[in-house]
Amino acid sequence: MLKDITLGQYYPGESVIHRMDPRFKIIATLLYIVALFVMVNFTSYIFTVTFLVVVVALSKVPLKFILRGMKPIFIILILTFLLNLFLTKGGDNIFSIGFLSITTQGLRSAVFLASRLILLITSSSILTYTTKPIMLTDGIEQLLKPFRKIGVPAHELAMMMSIALRFIPTLMEETDRIMKAQMARGADFETGNLIVRAKGLVPILIPLFIGSLRRADELAMAMEARCYQGGDGRTRLHSLKYSHLDLIGAIAIAALLAVLIIQRIYFA
Amino acid sequence: MSIKVEHLTHIYNKGLTYETVALDDVSFEIETGAFAGIIGHTGSGKSTLIQHFNGILKPESGRIFVNGTDITEKGIKMTEIRKRVGLVFQYPEYQLFEETVAKDIAFGPTKMGLSEEEIDKRVRDAMELVSLDYDIYAGRSPFELSGGQKRRVAIAGVLAMKPEVLILDEPTAGLDPRAHREILDMLEKLHQLEGCTVILVSHNMEDMAEIADTIIVMEHGKIVLQGTPREVYEHRDLLMDIGLEPPAAMQFTRLLEEKGIKLPGSVMTMNETAEAILRLLRN
Repeated sequence: MLKDITLGQYYPGESVIHRMDPRFKIIATLLYIVALFVMVNFTSYIFTVTFLVVVVALSKVPLKFILRGMKPIFIILILTFLLNLFLTKGGDNIFSIGFLSITTQGLRSAVFLASRLILLITSSSILTYTTKPIMLTDGIEQLLKPFRKIGVPAHELAMMMSIALRFIPTLMEETDRIMKAQMARGADFETGNLIVRAKGLVPILIPLFIGSLRRADELAMAMEARCYQGGDGRTRLHSLKYSHLDLIGAIAIAALLAVLIIQRIYFA
Repeated sequence: MSIKVEHLTHIYNKGLTYETVALDDVSFEIETGAFAGIIGHTGSGKSTLIQHFNGILKPESGRIFVNGTDITEKGIKMTEIRKRVGLVFQYPEYQLFEETVAKDIAFGPTKMGLSEEEIDKRVRDAMELVSLDYDIYAGRSPFELSGGQKRRVAIAGVLAMKPEVLILDEPTAGLDPRAHREILDMLEKLHQLEGCTVILVSHNMEDMAEIADTIIVMEHGKIVLQGTPREVYEHRDLLMDIGLEPPAAMQFTRLLEEKGIKLPGSVMTMNETAEAILRLLRN
């Protein structure tokens, strides 16, 4: 069950998208999200969808993997679609039962909003699928660096993120182990009403919390033992470098944005 | 209570690129009242194997019989099986959660729906079995105890369910020599006095030679050797090949043999070796 979550996971590979600089990928993803909100008409959709399809194809991440990552947000997607479908009024009536009615305007906004959501999620997951978590936090740290002058703790934020990411699998394993151990002692997590089940979680949560605190303590000690002092004066083994791939990518995303803005100004 | 396994196969992450066959067509039987040892290198499938004995893991294929009942069949109540097959996981002290030692040990018996007097009696019995003084420790928080004591509390928590089969996964890992000794002595006592079938998972061959009466050696999800410790340790080279270190006494006799000194009989433990050397010197 816990293993099914692929959203936010890394998919190992050597594709051109994988090899791009994380800083560029973060900015490009942000620009793409902006692009999604600049879109006004059907033609714009063709451009944004094509762009993403090309990126996905280049990344060589299997479609199955991407679709599986969508599963957790499927319900939200359906809900947005239905709410828009039935609640948006305007245009011609297509269909109606009782107080529910579907209008052309409703259908239009439902389809557009749902596909916008799908594009949003796919594009941001492509970022995490093709970028190692450590590279991602490195990228964020570099991008936030200019803001340190106004008091943004860039290094600390990035370090917290990489530690949190690092311990997700560990915590999942630990949860699995503790659940099994309590099951062996007769705990039952599957039957009973909500209150009984919530109470049943206590034997899992307490050991999990204690374990996390213990681990945090050990990690802090280990970091200090290796003279960790924070970000100042820290150099890195692999420093980030932009390559020609990033230049090509930058041209592509700029072109997409330009097309969409032109569409918005002249055809909306 | 006996445990029998037929053609057991278990695959992790089936269908994904990183699927791994943890158990590959494993078959064996452990008889009632036996003290069985399962040894193997890290990742050989030991832990996966024992988690099948009380239904925590479900096999890909194959059957598991607990006292003749096939627990892979549909409609078997796992909670019933888990009352009779106690499983102590690796580092069991990390599963403690109650405010007091007594309450934590009572968790299993309470889940079994026993009466209050019975629960109290079982908590006292279990604490005695693991040599923790009820009057001193029952009311203490398990989190203020030492590592070895915590582990004994956790083992007591399983013992209080009075299982007929007790399975322990590396119960001595990470303990100091004294706590290590205490756990082994406790297991021997349990096996002899309570008539419990004990299955011990370990990679310490020294302990196994001393305590187990039958040994199963695992490698890459398969059983490579099976028999009494004496039979298994005959295959010294095979054991060395799969990364298991024979008991120090056996390594010592081997060095003697290389120098042309043959000890009478076959020896496994330190004491046996000492006696054999003594006999040799006296002759």
